[in-house]
Amino acid sequence: MSEQTNFQAQSPGSAEIAARFPDLHPAFDKTAAVTEANRCLYCFDAPCTSACPTHIDVPRFIKKIASDNLEGSAKTILDANILGASCSRACPVEVLCEGACVMHRYNKQPIEIARLQRFAMDALHESGAPLPFSPGKDTGKSVALIGGGPASLACAAELRRRGIRAEIFDARPLPGGLNTYGIAEYKLPLAESLREIDLISQLGVEFHFNTTVDAAQLAALEASHDAVFLGMGLGAIHKLGIAGEEMQGVTNALDYIAGYKSGEITTAPQRVAVIGAGNTAIDAANAAVRLGAQEVHMVYRRGPEQMSAFAFEYEHAKQEGVKFLWHVKPTGLKGAGKVEALELAKLETTSDGSLVPQAGGEFSLPVDLIVLAIGQATHTDFLAGLDSQPSKVKLERGRILVDRATGQTSNPKYFAGGDCTNGGREVVDAVADGKRAGIGIAAWLEVK
Amino acid sequence: MPTLETTFAGIKCINPFWLASAPPTNCGEQIMRAFDAGWGGAVWKTIGAPITNVSSRYSSIDWNGQKMMGFNNIELISDRPTEVNLREIAEVKRRYPKNTVIASLMVESKRETWHDIVQRAEDAGADGLELNFGCPHGMSERGMGAAVGQVPEYCEQITGWVKEKARTPVIVKLTPNISDIRIPARAAKRAGADALSAINTINSITGIDLDTLEPRPMVDGKSSHGGYCGPAVKPIALNMVQQVMSDPNAALPMSGIGGIGSWQDAAEFILLGSGTVQVCTAAMHYGYRIVEDMADGLLAWMRRKGYETLDDFRGHSLPNMREWKNLNLNYKVVAHIHESKCIGCDLCYTACWDGAHQCIHLDRTLPAPNHFRTPDMVAAESRSRISTTPIPKLDLDGAGADGPYRTPLSRIPRVDEEECVGCNLCSLVCPVPECITMERIDTGLAPETWEERVAAGIVPQGVGHAGNPNL
Repeated sequence: MSEQTNFQAQSPGSAEIAARFPDLHPAFDKTAAVTEANRCLYCFDAPCTSACPTHIDVPRFIKKIASDNLEGSAKTILDANILGASCSRACPVEVLCEGACVMHRYNKQPIEIARLQRFAMDALHESGAPLPFSPGKDTGKSVALIGGGPASLACAAELRRRGIRAEIFDARPLPGGLNTYGIAEYKLPLAESLREIDLISQLGVEFHFNTTVDAAQLAALEASHDAVFLGMGLGAIHKLGIAGEEMQGVTNALDYIAGYKSGEITTAPQRVAVIGAGNTAIDAANAAVRLGAQEVHMVYRRGPEQMSAFAFEYEHAKQEGVKFLWHVKPTGLKGAGKVEALELAKLETTSDGSLVPQAGGEFSLPVDLIVLAIGQATHTDFLAGLDSQPSKVKLERGRILVDRATGQTSNPKYFAGGDCTNGGREVVDAVADGKRAGIGIAAWLEVK
Repeated sequence: MPTLETTFAGIKCINPFWLASAPPTNCGEQIMRAFDAGWGGAVWKTIGAPITNVSSRYSSIDWNGQKMMGFNNIELISDRPTEVNLREIAEVKRRYPKNTVIASLMVESKRETWHDIVQRAEDAGADGLELNFGCPHGMSERGMGAAVGQVPEYCEQITGWVKEKARTPVIVKLTPNISDIRIPARAAKRAGADALSAINTINSITGIDLDTLEPRPMVDGKSSHGGYCGPAVKPIALNMVQQVMSDPNAALPMSGIGGIGSWQDAAEFILLGSGTVQVCTAAMHYGYRIVEDMADGLLAWMRRKGYETLDDFRGHSLPNMREWKNLNLNYKVVAHIHESKCIGCDLCYTACWDGAHQCIHLDRTLPAPNHFRTPDMVAAESRSRISTTPIPKLDLDGAGADGPYRTPLSRIPRVDEEECVGCNLCSLVCPVPECITMERIDTGLAPETWEERVAAGIVPQGVGHAGNPNL
């Protein structure tokens, strides 16, 4: 049964969270947007467009802002990237479009592409207009999409524009996956993610919530649909593998971020330690600071050169007041029922590059909350098929193998995209995967 | 030390910077503030026939975020009583005897009326007179302004009447709204004018409100063509000044006008023969204070060039202007891209393919030069390339540069020098100074012009309409 409603109205907003997580990059007003748009050189075959995984025609949408054709600007963005609004806020543009801007070599600031893109998308949203696309003429075909995150949403939009039924199955009560529940609120508020999905839903995308697809249901969906798109992302965050992890006061970054974004967590205790040094770890650490923690440490077994977070995220965390403990490893948790301290060991690198504990380098960090952010496991068990049959699709190190251009897996009826294929990248990568897969599915269904 | 002092048609000027007859010279109080700011002279807002102005009066066009690239007005001449203007002229001259005050005049086409206004303006102490034969709106509908400037006989007649009476130099201000500006200039010279000023404003409609469909400036829902000026008109003005100054039957001391706002603009007008320059739009945009840099910058340039006075370079670019048929056809330049300066915007590439001669290519990283790869093919290749967000942990082999320059070699265009016609377009669109230069190629051929080829019988003379005054 499809549930088409106003998702944004169901947003579990919290005034306190909104106050603690204001926009990191405030919106442009019209004058500023036009001035900035006029600075764009309008490069041929622009590097920003090439750098964007969805290949948004950046100079084209920017020139449309300069010419006061905001409708056309938004359409240019959406034509390439159906989550253009989310991406304008969530993308690490420093390493994407803005990083590729030729202005860097002109000794000038790169064009503020993300803020311009947000300006065009906000204008569309404020106008109350629907997406500038219509569903295609019904082909009678249907596709089941597992997971309701960016990859599935982008895939579904392509399918609907081609008259193919798109049914999304998602484990959570609201759509969007990590786009809704996993991005720092000062970048992309939960309600903004839902607002964008409301527009996609108007194309006739059908949603089934609170539905974790298992092997049996997958078999049923495969039988009842012409193709299946796998866009379920990754699984749970890894455990440390040390005693006491079930103790109260130990959580993981995804639950922590989803918790504050949906207003269930509105305060942080005095002392917080985040284990890991990726972008998610930084989001969790910054969140703890903004939720009121007095002392937030990030704990990482290697040094800042090896951290997987983007350099600008590291800088941001330092500005927020996060402290860093490099070259240390958790060895134990202390506490009576509730965590009270994290036992740590200093590490040193041996001649062969491996990390070993330093003699006498043990110490204890008093904490009230520990947030684990040491990477996510995969979520592919349900692909194994009923009665332990071989996996539906070929995997490699837990990731689903796909043809990059079409998203098709080793099983022609199965397509996939997003984190479950790429190991965990950005929203925009998932959108690009989903878009290519949507087009790929339509092409495959046509010749099948 | 170079000096800006100069003599124009007998009038001693402390510098060549005059405010043109316009709103910035509407009254004595304004002009005295302008002189304090450094303006050497002012042409008083035209005095003469009684008028009533409308509301609104100005409109402009902006370009790529820059305001007032072109400016337009439908304001008429001074709406103040003539006696008040004359009294203030006297006061300004008493307080600022070294600054130049020119009275701009416009009255109905009657000999005695002109005699009367000339007498009164000179009695007030004006250093010279400027005859407004150029105002293109409103006044021309009443037989004045451009209605006079556009008819050489009227221009000659009224200049003659003024010269009968005038004791100070008479400057005739020319309208550009005519097919050949030399014709009225010659008429003025025949009648004994002492100097010319050019150009007045150009007939224009600056734009239309796309909500109301009313052109601007709007007066109760309607508009009327106005006079166009500002930076946009400078090239037109320079051409007209050159045309007049290169014509022995028209050339007189010239006060150059049209889009002047900087010392460079002023230098260009002087290089084409102007003795003074007049400024309006730039002062209306930014205020009188702009004159400080006009003077400062021009003096610095004169020092660099070794010029002591304006006369040392006045008219020096006139010999470098000639008819097209006298240009050297055997001179050849080709574009050269300085790879180390290129930022990879590839605007030169798209400009050459779509706007010029298809001789710039993006093939440096291809196995061989490819002149048949179109911009569409280049762009389609890029779009088909799959890119992902670079994440250190996932991408151990980061994308490296594909060449020795800061810009990837694949984005640095290559000029096919064999095919390049030397049109300049790529160097004009390139945003980086000195990145694309036009380099001379030795053709090994002696200079040769079209006229010489015609004379040698290599090419036919060509046939135009008999008696075409342009031939």
